[in-house]
Amino acid sequence: MAVIPSTSIYDGTRIPQPVPTILEVDPDAHRLEDILTINFGPNHPSTHGVLRLVVDLDGETVAGIRAIIGYLHTGFEKNMESKSWWKSVTYAPRIDYVSFHANELLYVLAIEKLLGIDVPRRATWARMAMAELNRIHSHLVWLGTSALEIGAISLFWYAFDDRDQILDLFEMAGGTRMHTRYVQVGGLAEDLPPGFTTEARKFCKSMPKSVDEYEAILDRNAIWLERTRGIGLLSADDALALAQSGPMLRSSGVDWDLRRNMPYLAYDEVEFDVPVYPNGDVYDRYKVHMDEMRESVRIVRQCLDRLDEMDGEPWIADDRKVVLPPRHELHTSMESLIHHFKIVTEGFTVPEGEVYVAIESPRGEAGCYLVSDGGARPWRVRFRAPSFAALQATATVVQDCLIADLVAVAGSLDPVMGDADR
Amino acid sequence: MTTYAGVPGVVETREALGETTLVVDPARLVEACTFLRDEHGFNFLSDIAAADYLGWGAQEVAGYIGTAAGRDLHEPGSQGHARVPEPKPKRFSISYHLLRVGEEAERLRVQVWLDDGETVASVLPVWPAADWFEREAWDMMGIRFEGHPNLVRILMTDDWEGHPLRKDYPLGGEPVRFSDED
Repeated sequence: MAVIPSTSIYDGTRIPQPVPTILEVDPDAHRLEDILTINFGPNHPSTHGVLRLVVDLDGETVAGIRAIIGYLHTGFEKNMESKSWWKSVTYAPRIDYVSFHANELLYVLAIEKLLGIDVPRRATWARMAMAELNRIHSHLVWLGTSALEIGAISLFWYAFDDRDQILDLFEMAGGTRMHTRYVQVGGLAEDLPPGFTTEARKFCKSMPKSVDEYEAILDRNAIWLERTRGIGLLSADDALALAQSGPMLRSSGVDWDLRRNMPYLAYDEVEFDVPVYPNGDVYDRYKVHMDEMRESVRIVRQCLDRLDEMDGEPWIADDRKVVLPPRHELHTSMESLIHHFKIVTEGFTVPEGEVYVAIESPRGEAGCYLVSDGGARPWRVRFRAPSFAALQATATVVQDCLIADLVAVAGSLDPVMGDADR
Repeated sequence: MTTYAGVPGVVETREALGETTLVVDPARLVEACTFLRDEHGFNFLSDIAAADYLGWGAQEVAGYIGTAAGRDLHEPGSQGHARVPEPKPKRFSISYHLLRVGEEAERLRVQVWLDDGETVASVLPVWPAADWFEREAWDMMGIRFEGHPNLVRILMTDDWEGHPLRKDYPLGGEPVRFSDED
């Protein structure tokens, strides 16, 4: 299968000119005095946070649109520059608060690349299991809220019920339900607790059934199909030109997944399929999300098997200049106490250099660009946010939409505003 | 490893940590990007990351115990610097992270260096995705992109003063709105 499909969903490009993110009202197609401009958001329940869309309406038809972001700008990147490397890890999961583990993992992977540190395999497989659980979590939140917004309220409760089981697993491992900071530079903050794999297997058993149930609720629901099929079209070429990634790209027919095409962690050692759908509409984005949940369960199962084999193996690198010494040593070893004190007060140093690391987060390519000057604090931290990129497609996908479709289309972009605004 | 011979305007090619960086003359950036897109298949602009190097290398190395006036307890010493880092050619760098979405996946960093007030041409005609990335670089770093049709702030409000990610922009120095001090 070719990565980029030869056939297109529509002819040519629909990216507006001259500004790709602003759809201006076409004076030939609409009477300008009929245009009503409204603000959709920022305080609207279906904008997934604080997205503001300025919409020009001709009757019920969307004639012009531009997305305005920044309402949740928190200055994460600036703040992280003033914290030591290991303290700034805490910021990363709060950027995209729905795929918290992915962001945390991304930031730590980037630091580890600069450090050139070897991570034990048990930690790698545990990170992968968590990353996939987090993907299911993120997709469930997406499914629940997006379905809720276009009227399928019952799904919200089902999805959040399953989501809760994932949060239980995160709580079991990391102690908190969200923003676990479970990933530590060099490995994990703690070993997986006894019984974790058993609990996770129970979830892996129930989850595929739940996905089947969700599809049973939606796939034969006439209203759902009417509201999602053929809505919010995006062709493969336009998706690539607008730097769309993740489910946005795969629902436009582009067979691209960083986990398979540019493997990181141990994704080259697990078996999974990459779901690709050809129509580039809201329905196909929904189908990609559903299939990805099934594939993630498959990956989690393989991770759990490997983790059981690796029981008792080290879960963090043995590098005393970077990794905190084991707690019990602090009472008996002066060296350990010194290392602990130095790492906690001043922080470890990271060799000079710059890296760009990207992973397949639930929303697509999440990238992290780091610059180190050789000190204990990052010189520059920059996150390539998939939600930021996804919102650039707003003006392209809403063309010929009705105002009622806007909610479905905006939801299908799966933006998390914390991620977009950072 | 692919060679990038023939890319217009390349000043320097660096290999570090498994990543390739092409440092490009800012005047020939669009030419270089168009060449990379058309001849090398870099059809995807992952990111545009600007960095400010004001004060780069000004940190003293480890062992520093403060000025004649004594050590500032709120500035914990050297922050562990073992040596002064390599000097940078200019104040700002802009890194364009390119990706080839296709059978042979590959990443490439194209980098330009600018001083304060210098501008660079927008790559929006090459990749439409540059729109918001360049707006963010303008908003956060104050770098102007010539030819961008809508170079306005994106994350900060329209009437914001200063560019927050510059190194001379203080942390926590933002004005508090609706406070009595206004």
